[in-house]
Amino acid sequence: MKQKFTVFDAINYLLFILITIVCIYPFYYVVIYSISNPELASKVVLLPKGFSLQTYKTLFSLNNIVGAFGISVARTFLGTALTVVCTSFLAYLVTKQEMFARKFVYRFFVITMYINAGLIPWYLTMRAYGLKDNFLLYILPTAVSAYYMILIKTYMESLPISMEESARIDGAGYFRIFRSIIFPLCKPIVATIAIYAAVAQWNNWTDNYFLVNDENLQTMQMILYNYINQAQNVANVSSQTMADTANAVKITPMAIKMCITVIATVPIMCVYPFLQKHFVKGIMMGAVKG
Amino acid sequence: MGKFRAGKIKPKYRLFFMALPFIIFVFAFAYVPIFGWMYGFFDYKPGLALSDMEFVGLKNFMKIFTDWRDLSRVLRNTLVMSGLGLLAAPIPMFFAIFLNEIRRPFFKKFVQTTTTLPYFISWIIVFALSFAVFSNEGLIANILKMMGSTKAFTNILGENDAVWCMQWVLGIWKSVGWNGIIYIAAIAGIDAELYEAARVDGASRFQLIRNITIPSLYPTFFVLLLLSISNLLNNGFDQYFVFFNPLVADRIEVLDYYVYKVGILINDYSYSTVLGMLKTLFSVAMLFGANQLSKKVRGESIV
Repeated sequence: MKQKFTVFDAINYLLFILITIVCIYPFYYVVIYSISNPELASKVVLLPKGFSLQTYKTLFSLNNIVGAFGISVARTFLGTALTVVCTSFLAYLVTKQEMFARKFVYRFFVITMYINAGLIPWYLTMRAYGLKDNFLLYILPTAVSAYYMILIKTYMESLPISMEESARIDGAGYFRIFRSIIFPLCKPIVATIAIYAAVAQWNNWTDNYFLVNDENLQTMQMILYNYINQAQNVANVSSQTMADTANAVKITPMAIKMCITVIATVPIMCVYPFLQKHFVKGIMMGAVKG
Repeated sequence: MGKFRAGKIKPKYRLFFMALPFIIFVFAFAYVPIFGWMYGFFDYKPGLALSDMEFVGLKNFMKIFTDWRDLSRVLRNTLVMSGLGLLAAPIPMFFAIFLNEIRRPFFKKFVQTTTTLPYFISWIIVFALSFAVFSNEGLIANILKMMGSTKAFTNILGENDAVWCMQWVLGIWKSVGWNGIIYIAAIAGIDAELYEAARVDGASRFQLIRNITIPSLYPTFFVLLLLSISNLLNNGFDQYFVFFNPLVADRIEVLDYYVYKVGILINDYSYSTVLGMLKTLFSVAMLFGANQLSKKVRGESIV
């Protein structure tokens, strides 16, 4: 059924174009600022001015930026893999009605979504486990997530059980059935959860802030925060590059800040458009009660 | 493992033993910290074992009263931010309703993709973007300068009067697209026959929205509203930490920030533990209450 294009439609389109611009433009602005010639960059509004990658080159010659990027990538991959494996296997176990004390076990996990011990008890506990200044702090605490467990469990319960039953008759154990039948069937939800977990890992910085002082274990988010906030870091970079008189382009503190913002954002911006449908699927499934 | 396979252990116990490592793991990471609430009843001294610390009963709870001047300000900020959040609750619903009126699937999808992006970046990146736009060397200052303005530029992120509004708007910016998705899904689930029948009766587009779409979205709206009411004291830490600066301290310190300030900056572990503990207990009670209310009103629980 074709409907006329009314004044309302015109306003509606305009409104959404405006909303889109408000959402996207800050990202775009930071990107074009970061690739402009730093001395002209303050005049940038719509297009980059005097293209230059000098700031990026300088930043990537600094060990702490490269190292932090590596740590962030490492925690994202390892943390996500651990979450996916542990949480999906646990979800499979709690779908089994015959499990001893299943209700109790299930509730035991779900309760953790609502009860939060608070900052100091968490801090002291992690420290007592020896996770201070330890890379494992980034990946261990998130290995089992009750919320993801519910999502996966709900999905598994929607699968036909006949396949599993025939495997059971063939004498396969729980672990084998999970690995070769159930897990492959759960690909859609596992993909969704992997993406959630990866984004959360990439974005997480509070663990870093509270418990990791080790320079070699800093994450990209923390580096970004420090650079935006403290003139000191920026001054260090600048003086380092000042010495390099061969540089035709002078690097400004603002340009450094913009470049680091881009470095910390780009991984999300790159994967995001391709994965958006998974995000949406996840929230729809989340709307269905677990 | 061999022993399990041999079938000596019944499947129901085998399953339980397979889950046991996860139970222990979650116990260590989610339950053990709760035992740390005990520190709230002791006079915490770094380096001492709990048995060597002095048991002080409710002394740390009494600090709430001596600290009331600060704490009441923090609670005011917390409730203001939560209240503003509740005021903004209908925005994602209307976002979804109007987006649904757009008929080009490509444009619809494009809007959805772009507006959900802010949800997936950390508050640190939001802070960095705000810095790029609002700071003294940022976009707005630069544009004003190019237009020949000579007035001294004031950074809005350092304006005490603007901070509530600013944080509110940033929160909406970050979440409206994402929260809209739930409503878009709900709209997609409305029976198309309802619309057909109404159209045959000559209903206009606005009548359709008012009499079919909005009433169909009430249940979703209600659930989300209840959940946000139960989160009254949980504004989150990240946002208020990254946007904190001394100029706006008076109005930006919410409870989650204050727990951090008392614990980490002032180093009063015991009092901070007490505040965190009361906050959690209050939230659980609120959630429980909201759930009961939902059961009564809708005959369905929300959690």
